[in-house]
Amino acid sequence: MSERLLTISPSPHIHSPLTVPQIMRVVILAMVPALLFATWQFGLGAIYVSSLAVIFCVLSEYVIVKYLFRKSTTIGDGSAIITGLLLAFNVPSNLPWYIILIGSVASVGLAKWTYGGLGNNPFNPALVGRVFLLISFPVQMTSWPEAHPVWTLDGATMATPLGLLKEGLRAGRTVPDIMGELPSLTDFILGLRAGSLGETSGLALLLGMAYMLYKKVITWHTPVSMMLGVVLLSGACWLYDPTHFAHPLFHLLTGGVLLGAIFMATDYVTSPVTQRGMLLYGFCIGILTVLIRLFGSYPEGVSFAILIMNAFVPMINKYVKPPRYGAKPSTQKH
Amino acid sequence: MGLRHKLSTFRIGGVHPPEQKLSAMVPIAPLPLPRMVTIPIVQHIGKPARITVQRGDSVKTGQVIATHDGFVSSNIHASVSGKVGIIEETMDSTGFKHIAVNIRVKGDEWDESIDRSDTLITEITCEPKEIVERILAAGIVGMGGAAFPSHVKLTIPEGKHVDTLLINGVECEPYLTADHRIMLEKPNEILVGIRILMKALGVPRAIIGIEDNKHDAIELFEKLLGGQTAISVAALKVQYPQGGEKQLIQAVLNREVPSGGLPADVGVIVHNVATTFAVYEAVQKRKPLIERVVTVTGKDVKTPSNFLVRIGTPVIDLLNAAGGVPEDAGKIISGGPMMGKAIADLEVPIAKGTSGILVIPEEEAKRTESYNCVRCGKCIEACPMGLEPYYLLLLGRKGSPEKAEAEHILDCIECGSCSFVCPSNRPILDYIRLGKAEVRQSKAPKV
Amino acid sequence: MNDIVLYSVISLTAIGVVSAVVLYVVSQKFHVHEDERIAQVESVLPNTNCGGCGKPGCHAFALAVVETGDLQALHCPVGGNAVMKQVAGIMGVQAVEKDPYIAVVRCSGSFEYRKKTNVYDGAASCAIAAQLYSGDTGCAYGCLGMGDCVAVCDFGAMYMDEKTGLPVIVEDKCTACNACVKECPKDILELWPKGKKSQRVYVACLNEEKGSTARKECAVACSGCAKCLEACRYDAITLVNNLADIDADKCKLCMECIEACDVRNIIATHTTPDKIAQATEHRLKREEREKKKKQEEKEKLANETNHGTTA
Repeated sequence: MSERLLTISPSPHIHSPLTVPQIMRVVILAMVPALLFATWQFGLGAIYVSSLAVIFCVLSEYVIVKYLFRKSTTIGDGSAIITGLLLAFNVPSNLPWYIILIGSVASVGLAKWTYGGLGNNPFNPALVGRVFLLISFPVQMTSWPEAHPVWTLDGATMATPLGLLKEGLRAGRTVPDIMGELPSLTDFILGLRAGSLGETSGLALLLGMAYMLYKKVITWHTPVSMMLGVVLLSGACWLYDPTHFAHPLFHLLTGGVLLGAIFMATDYVTSPVTQRGMLLYGFCIGILTVLIRLFGSYPEGVSFAILIMNAFVPMINKYVKPPRYGAKPSTQKH
Repeated sequence: MGLRHKLSTFRIGGVHPPEQKLSAMVPIAPLPLPRMVTIPIVQHIGKPARITVQRGDSVKTGQVIATHDGFVSSNIHASVSGKVGIIEETMDSTGFKHIAVNIRVKGDEWDESIDRSDTLITEITCEPKEIVERILAAGIVGMGGAAFPSHVKLTIPEGKHVDTLLINGVECEPYLTADHRIMLEKPNEILVGIRILMKALGVPRAIIGIEDNKHDAIELFEKLLGGQTAISVAALKVQYPQGGEKQLIQAVLNREVPSGGLPADVGVIVHNVATTFAVYEAVQKRKPLIERVVTVTGKDVKTPSNFLVRIGTPVIDLLNAAGGVPEDAGKIISGGPMMGKAIADLEVPIAKGTSGILVIPEEEAKRTESYNCVRCGKCIEACPMGLEPYYLLLLGRKGSPEKAEAEHILDCIECGSCSFVCPSNRPILDYIRLGKAEVRQSKAPKV
Repeated sequence: MNDIVLYSVISLTAIGVVSAVVLYVVSQKFHVHEDERIAQVESVLPNTNCGGCGKPGCHAFALAVVETGDLQALHCPVGGNAVMKQVAGIMGVQAVEKDPYIAVVRCSGSFEYRKKTNVYDGAASCAIAAQLYSGDTGCAYGCLGMGDCVAVCDFGAMYMDEKTGLPVIVEDKCTACNACVKECPKDILELWPKGKKSQRVYVACLNEEKGSTARKECAVACSGCAKCLEACRYDAITLVNNLADIDADKCKLCMECIEACDVRNIIATHTTPDKIAQATEHRLKREEREKKKKQEEKEKLANETNHGTTA
């Protein structure tokens, strides 16, 4: 043997190949189908907005870490890229660059590094950025480009199905009446509707989820329980009065429910650590989303619901414990 | 495999590291006698043995050189014949120095009372009390790694009723194949050993738990047992740490040892297969525990092997016999990759609890960069005890023994699943061990 | 419009009055009488809450002082005699002077003297390494070098010397709070009397191995050769487990032992090479004299016996 000294460390001496950068790569890959679909649907605007958001987020991270924290760069962990992509997924594809810049700085600077960076932020950075923009630029943030003009960049905008529903109900119309003017459920599943850049295609998002589940990056608990929460509450309301409340599948497939359930609520840092906690957390997000949609003034409530539940995560982590081996006293009959 | 029923396993946590059983097909080969053995007098959990020989004494193979001190202690025997050399503090595989007896090897003259023949003795003439005495005399300890004195486990505490003997043939640690080979090569002896243990404990049934990656062993035992009902085989789904006593009990019997309790609390006693073989030899052949099967393995080891080695043989001898220390060796581990101890000195001796020597190449020897905890919950998912390792790390580092104890830090079996899965590569188990020590210290009577 | 202003003023005034009454009643009813000396004592204490006095913090110390008034047992090492004098003044008792202490590093096994035998790759904590094994050098007694002591020092009085891999005490910052002493798993740090003019003499080694083994592990290890024992005129040095140990109470800081040590591992602070040389010269002369004296006595004895036999 050569002169090299042997290494000593406590066990275990092997490690699973799944590391943080690896996980971030999987998540980014999982977002690709939705991004491709958005490009097909909204044209180059989708690519433009996504790239800008990613660039701005990574730049913010780099500048903050280098000049404020004076630490070695953390770009390598890939979390800034994901924040950028998620922010882009949550905004219209015709957003001007300066608004994206402000959103990126809010996401990375305000939501993440004021708390000390990855792992310490209580709220989902991309959602904080999104809500920051929604409140600051309500007009630009709710002017969605018309769906399905492939490869065009004209200025036409339209409202989302949820927006149309809210408007209609306010005007005193019934749900079946409004539904007649909206795309069909099949269109919703495929994503042929107006909406934020990455939220429209249920199919593409579910593909991403399947990939993340296969790679064991996420577990089913949060997304499924959140979808269940949405379907259960909206379903109960719909059964109660179908003329005033929309079909549960409509609620599941419109707005940001799928995007939120699959990519936002599953964010490690801002979601509970135990599977039981994840079930509770997801379910509550679902319920809150529907409550905001049905009874709030905003047509959409996923972002708010997730942010509200983010605030409860420390409490969930404190009180919801995993099933413990040997917790029960001996059951042996003597 | 059509007959195979659904495989059971433990229900909480668990991971599946790559199995890497490189030496599974390599028959056990006796290692030539070393020139010198170093026998530590602490090779077990409990009090060190009391040395009964002096420098210059001539000893025979199998002769007692240190007697057990108290009940939870173990006899130590000369594993070779020769002259006792210096008795001094020597580095062993625990990473610390302990008193050890050096013996310069001369010939191989065995103690006369030992039956060295290969004939299988199936008839068990000893009474239970005698069995325990012989096991105590033979210095048998748990050979799966924990090295708990076996005679203690055969003495069931007052008020406990034991109905099942579990034989641990799981060998869930990656790389290791020593138990697998013993099961394949000494199945009849193991079965007699099981019957001896059953007789000593007075239990009506025994179950051999074997993971499904050892089909040949499962089939062999099923064939040998025929339709026998008292002893049966449980085929288990491959999952780490199934070889942990508590996990094995849950996997096979669906019972949970209560927190802080012993297997006997749920009517079970667990013994390892290698220990069972040693019990056979001790009771039927009066042969003390002076040699054991050790796997020598690693990706770059030329000939991964299973050696029958005398206790006290230096690690370097085993590595040389397996083709020499690989050029790129970065870390050498006594035991398996999940729970074994890294050793720096290749002169350290093989002890009763050493199940393998694993060589890890330099590029895999170092830990990789560690990140902040992202609270992904993977450590919780992996923990077979249902603890929250990420939080225990913080408590261990902060030094809050009361809180750590309330979070059941003492339930941790140190299997390493949490550190194994942590995507941020955090030293979770390092700090949990520290936290456990702090809790024990805070509970210890103040001097 | 006027109504609104009026109502606001009235309601706010009413709320104010009610709250004031409630607060007054509560403060009277739940008033806890506290000896005012507690606050006074606390105000002169350093208020670093370091725990060096053995109490959890300065308030607890003040409480104990006022309760027991025992300044023999209660001493604030951080504030030292100056602060304790003030405390005694407040309490109206005689001040108890105590010699100040300081932490010393009892290991000299730098990278140069103590070769690494393996590379530690676990969590960067001395406590964890110490639990795992005897250390990354041959010496099982030496400093592990990961700075648990530095991390626990509240006063910025320690740093790790990158060249030697050993901790260094910053003399004018160390308050002898004992935190590092408690933290070190190898007990390398020890509180030592600060000494007159900050002069201290101590053995910077804890290795208890036999001489040859110890020197193999570290070039400056104490081998237990006992030369310093012979050099000491005051019986201040003893040999325990192959290790020279200086009794600080008996040591007169004569420096005569310093150069008696083969590896110069008896550390003397705040002294000059001249003084040490002088002390050595003194010792050598003394030893010479003693040798002569012995020789003479021997000869005398021999003569006497010779005389006796011839007689």
